[in-house]
Amino acid sequence: MSWNLKTDRPIYLQLSNYLRLKIVSGCYPPGSKLPSVRELAAKASVSPNTMMKALDELEAEGLIHPMNTRGIFITEDMEKIKKEKDTIVVHHIQEFFHTMESIGLSQTETFHFIEKFIKGGNL
Amino acid sequence: MNPLLNCVHVTKSFGSFTALSDLSFQIYPGRIVGLLGPNGSGKSTFMKLASGLLTLDQGEITIHGHAVGIETKKIVSYLPERTYLDEWTKVSALIDYFGDFYKDFNKNKAYEMLQCLCVSPKESLKTMSKGTKEKVQLILVMSRDAMLYLLDEPIGGVDPASRDYILNKIITNYHEHGSILITTHLIQDIEPILDDVLFIQNGQITLSKSVDDIRSQEGKSIDTLFREVFKC
Repeated sequence: MSWNLKTDRPIYLQLSNYLRLKIVSGCYPPGSKLPSVRELAAKASVSPNTMMKALDELEAEGLIHPMNTRGIFITEDMEKIKKEKDTIVVHHIQEFFHTMESIGLSQTETFHFIEKFIKGGNL
Repeated sequence: MNPLLNCVHVTKSFGSFTALSDLSFQIYPGRIVGLLGPNGSGKSTFMKLASGLLTLDQGEITIHGHAVGIETKKIVSYLPERTYLDEWTKVSALIDYFGDFYKDFNKNKAYEMLQCLCVSPKESLKTMSKGTKEKVQLILVMSRDAMLYLLDEPIGGVDPASRDYILNKIITNYHEHGSILITTHLIQDIEPILDDVLFIQNGQITLSKSVDDIRSQEGKSIDTLFREVFKC
């Protein structure tokens, strides 16, 4: 997963999206410690202030919490993580169906394509 | 919060040419700021005024509460666009030179960073490629524990890998009490690491905003906005 940042929209939002994905997918396991702000900023090649702003978003959502000088930790609230994951999944599904609709496919036709795709047949 | 750098109604002329005209802006602690403008807009002139190499005609520049002078030179680390270092001097001598001049110069830090580059202390600048030379100079400047770093075109004329290295060094040397002011033409490369941006045109500030505010309000990158604003 690369950071893949676009400069025509706020970077801090892209950073929080990226980190959110890493959390819900278990890449950063619940209860684990995040790398420091400075390390994350260097990895993403952004200002530490921008990274901090992204982390503030995640903290406000309850996905991460700082523990004084020990560092920043991912939440252990599994329900919260699942809820966040479901929200992201639904959002992508909605976008997908919007795109299919704009191509001219009905929901039934879309399902048909999906079934074939999963079975690995010729589309 | 008090600004780290306060530029108030600064005017600087060279004969009949006015380089800076009633220039005013502030830089707060812990910010990475881009000073962007076309050639001849006054960027380098400002950097030289702030580092004490030039004196202003009118107005005032204060850094950490002091007017530009001996006290500010102790806390300002300046990387000029063109090197002033003697090309034949060995790297070890350059490090000693900086150590003698600046109390806040961290020799160990400099040697560590040079080692990562595989630059030997016995080498002189003359034998290095342009990219390595630029990196060495940046290392010397960033090895000072300064409050304000003034970097004039730190990534100009350098290959993309060296650019990445330099940008990484800027990010990793950032600290919340100090600030970094960068001038550059390579806006696309630099904009991801900036917090705030200042547009300068004909010696005056025409825009002063945070980069993410520009992106959310204009729906454009800083590079795109710059091209629109400074279109010939």
